[in-house]
Amino acid sequence: MNLWPVLLGMAAVTFALRVSFLVLPPGIETPALLRRALRYVPPAVLTAIWAPEVLVGNEQLPAGVVAIAVAWRWRMTFATIVAGLLALHFFAWLI
Amino acid sequence: MVASGIPPLVAMLMSILVFAGASMVASAQLLASAAPVAVVILTTLIINLRFMMYSASLRQHFAAAPLRWRLAIGYLTADNVYGLALGHFDQHPEHKLEYFLGAGLVVWGVWQLAVLAGILIGAGVPASWRLEFAAPLAFIALTIPFLRERAMIVAALAAGISVIVAQDLPLRLNIVAAAAVGITAGLLFEKRRK
Repeated sequence: MNLWPVLLGMAAVTFALRVSFLVLPPGIETPALLRRALRYVPPAVLTAIWAPEVLVGNEQLPAGVVAIAVAWRWRMTFATIVAGLLALHFFAWLI
Repeated sequence: MVASGIPPLVAMLMSILVFAGASMVASAQLLASAAPVAVVILTTLIINLRFMMYSASLRQHFAAAPLRWRLAIGYLTADNVYGLALGHFDQHPEHKLEYFLGAGLVVWGVWQLAVLAGILIGAGVPASWRLEFAAPLAFIALTIPFLRERAMIVAALAAGISVIVAQDLPLRLNIVAAAAVGITAGLLFEKRRK
């Protein structure tokens, strides 16, 4: 399979999104509704990415809860990953 | 990614050209299931839509910077760089450009080295370690700092429930649907409270 169209398409789309507002000439106002809607994109999209991996199986769910608690309390990515992985193995052993 | 059948060189090139982990994992899964090119690119668009929000927010800080630096800022924008920089700008409003470019370059370099290491030794890690679960855990860590307001929590919950309810949609379109439901829920909640 030819992967070039996928590769270049993904790169173009991602770069266009990243520079979208940054390259607008000064003085252009972004519509208020768009600005408000965009605020909800990170929590909605990020949750949609991890939820299907966590809400399956017996040990993934409690491990996910542990990771959420650690992330909430300490705000550290590395600690969240380590705690979540340890919890995953602990609950898999327990159940 | 390599485990889903993408050649190592293409995976590394994708990491440099696209530089967006979540969309690369999703696209690798889609490519492994022989999804059409347009679907892979649409899913990339939805997953990376958050960069548009970062771009709108960063414009308030860098609108006056030369175009070449704004393009560099765009390319280097990653979730953690954005979060780090915005947190820093609150207390240190000077040298924003240098701070963002510096932090962005460090994160970019570490990320590319990590991808290279993953490509080279990924297959050598025993499956029993279940390291693939680190990906959703990293996304949990990225999500939580956004949940400062109730409307944000509503958006996240609505998206999380929708993505499960719509799980039978083909080609991971449930992510697209969940994003739309989550954004709408956040907007409606915000409106109701006024």
